[in-house]
Amino acid sequence: MDPMRRSPSPCSSRPSSPRTPPCEMLGYVGIEAMLDQLKIKAMKMGFEFNIMVVGQSGLGKSTMVYTLFKSKMWKSTIPGLGMPTPQTLKLQSVTHVIEEKGVKLKLTVTDTPGFGDQINNDKCWDPILGYIKEQYERYLQEEILITRQRHIPDTRVHCCVYFVPPTGHCLRPLDIEFLQRLCRTVNVVLVIARADSLTIEERETFRRRIQHNLRTHCIDVYPQKCFDEDINDRILNSKIRDRIPFAVVGADQEHLVNGRCVLGRKTKWGIIEVENLAHCEFPLLRDLLIRSHLQDLKDITHNVHYENYRVCRLNESHLLPRGPGWVNLTQAPAGPPATPRPSKVRHQVQDDSKDDEEY
Amino acid sequence: MPGVCYSVLEMEGLLLYQSHMPTKTTCLSSQVSDDEQKQKKENIRSLTMSGHVGFESLPDQLVNRSIQQGFCFNILCVGETGIGKSTLIDTLFNTNFEDHGSSHFYPHVRLKAQTYELHESNVRLKLTIVNTVGFGDQINKEESYQPIVDYIDAQFEAYLQEELKIKRSLFNYHDSRIHVCLYFISPTGHSLKTLDLLTMKSLDSKVNIIPVIAKADAISKAELQKFKIKLMSELVSNGVQIYQFPTDDETIAKINASMNGHLPFAVVGSMDEVKVGNKMVKARQYPWGVVQVENENHCDFVKLREMLICTNMEDLREQTHTRHYELYRRCKLEEMGFTDVSPENKPLSLQETYEAKRHEFYGERQRKEEEMKQMFVQRVKEKEAILKEAERELQAKFEHLKRVHQEERMKLEEKRRLLEEEIIAFSKKKATSEIYQNQSFMASGGNLKKDKDRKKEPGYRFELLCFDVRACETNGGRKDAEEGREGPCTMGRP
Repeated sequence: MDPMRRSPSPCSSRPSSPRTPPCEMLGYVGIEAMLDQLKIKAMKMGFEFNIMVVGQSGLGKSTMVYTLFKSKMWKSTIPGLGMPTPQTLKLQSVTHVIEEKGVKLKLTVTDTPGFGDQINNDKCWDPILGYIKEQYERYLQEEILITRQRHIPDTRVHCCVYFVPPTGHCLRPLDIEFLQRLCRTVNVVLVIARADSLTIEERETFRRRIQHNLRTHCIDVYPQKCFDEDINDRILNSKIRDRIPFAVVGADQEHLVNGRCVLGRKTKWGIIEVENLAHCEFPLLRDLLIRSHLQDLKDITHNVHYENYRVCRLNESHLLPRGPGWVNLTQAPAGPPATPRPSKVRHQVQDDSKDDEEY
Repeated sequence: MPGVCYSVLEMEGLLLYQSHMPTKTTCLSSQVSDDEQKQKKENIRSLTMSGHVGFESLPDQLVNRSIQQGFCFNILCVGETGIGKSTLIDTLFNTNFEDHGSSHFYPHVRLKAQTYELHESNVRLKLTIVNTVGFGDQINKEESYQPIVDYIDAQFEAYLQEELKIKRSLFNYHDSRIHVCLYFISPTGHSLKTLDLLTMKSLDSKVNIIPVIAKADAISKAELQKFKIKLMSELVSNGVQIYQFPTDDETIAKINASMNGHLPFAVVGSMDEVKVGNKMVKARQYPWGVVQVENENHCDFVKLREMLICTNMEDLREQTHTRHYELYRRCKLEEMGFTDVSPENKPLSLQETYEAKRHEFYGERQRKEEEMKQMFVQRVKEKEAILKEAERELQAKFEHLKRVHQEERMKLEEKRRLLEEEIIAFSKKKATSEIYQNQSFMASGGNLKKDKDRKKEPGYRFELLCFDVRACETNGGRKDAEEGREGPCTMGRP
């Protein structure tokens, strides 16, 4: 049985359902009207998307968010000079509802100011992991209530965009540590920030080196190879995987180029157009995140990462010692998962079979 | 932020999205400020974007995923045997499913489920039809609706089990929960039968019920109107909640509302084709005319198909999941003793309750084990005591018998001794009498023959007998010794 849990495609193994002989219909019935019904329902309900941006200060995270969603999420992005740099990593979440052509999207962007900024960055990923797990925990608690809400509010982080500084060499130890831990819990999309400081050839070399680093350390960024369902997906995703990490440039100002008004960065030696594929790979990132794979990101978060978390959590609670103070499950265990093997996502936990209780 | 989702849903009522194009300036200021005020309470701002982002393809992404996954729909048909359930389903989906007429002689009501896979353009539908077999055929119909209720509950239970598993795969799960129940009412023209009423009443909180009048070609139009009114008023007065087509979405509100007024649908089913005009249509041919299935003047079949499949299939599925299934789940979990709030009014998680129950259960089990052990030990002791008692009694008896035996033996020994003394005395006497006789014979000059005769006198015989017995004994003993036989001497005494 497929250890990966995803929506099955026509080619994948069907669940164990009763014998289903295919029947031929002698005429039009109207079943495809279901699709319209689905669309109506989706438009009515609206969509939710939660994205987290992680990277050192000054890499252009807020600008990138602006460029992606064409709206200013935060009021000011440059910390005042008088403000001390935060000693601990504090995550900030902002939620907005944006609407386009009748489709409502509730977007939550979580920023991580102070990541990697201290002298000693040991365990700087802990608050981030803790936050992600906290969202899973919240969802889990809602899900196991007796009287549940009709629609459980989804605050789980669907995608984490990690900004790699454009050194041109390879991934730094901090990057590697962080990615190793995070890839098991959440979908991570890797981008090279401020790519306008690298030439095209340098970008390619940097990209290949990073890909090599990822393979060496068994880091599985989105789109993960193991979740490709059928041949079409694989072809599409391979193309994307080839270009990971995207070299992106963000901009929040518009300039006039050839009579068109485009978003870009104006420098003395030219204007870098953000949406021009020849200049940077921002359109690829935008298409991946929003136009083609948004639903997929949500699906993988719900079907794989959340389920993994749930399995761990429910198993852990069985292992708690039975003493006077044991009935206290409201505190979720903070910190990285117990078994830091990177391929945990893909393997089934073997000893679960005996824990399946029957009511 | 728990308040977030409500605000999103509430927004739909407040906002009028007249302008779909994203604008550079905030021209929707009036509407935006309205909902901004609303949202400021929940800290959500609605932003206007300064360019095209491209997420209007989101519904398409969702639809694509659903196409990949395929759809699942389960229909339950409840009605008497021969009322036309299978034919109607065939007509609805325009296929010939496996169809065997069923017998009228089943002792109990059973449910038969069959799953089919239908394709239309790129949509795959996994359709499960559940039929009641033998409904209304029994003489005593008291147990008729219970199997149906049990079946529906069993499907909910299966889903609940899957959902509560630690390692689950919900999206892969073949959803067998019943999404709609078509209840077939027989066209008597008068009113609902008691069985119908009872069955519908017991099902209305578990499944979406759509009542249909079957074999509607047996009623005339005027009678049909009266019948429909009567049926609906009966259902309402008895508090039966049938499924109402949803009227909250503008696109389908009007048509749904008008359809709600046509309930229950009077339907005719047929897969036979009859030539009418210059077309072949599905119809039933009678000597007095042709009843066309898809003619709206003849019956409500088209309305039913429209409502069931084209417009409200998704809503039926959603209602089943969010209303009926949640109700079942809540009841079941509460029955098992879980609550959301502990006795001290602190929110209690399912997990905690479960652990508490588990602990309790183990404690209980330990206790029972102890109890049983104790009982066992006690019983063993009792049994031992009884046995000991019996042993003692036996021993006493044995002793007693031994004593008795001993006494008898002594008596016998005594008797033997006496007897032997007598023998000795007698032999002495005999000897003296012999001597006396010899003396007397010698005196009278007797011969030896008389001696011989005398030898044959019983006195001698006695001696001989004794001698014989003893000789036998010794012979027997000797013989045994000679032959070396072990075991009891089987030689009978002569």
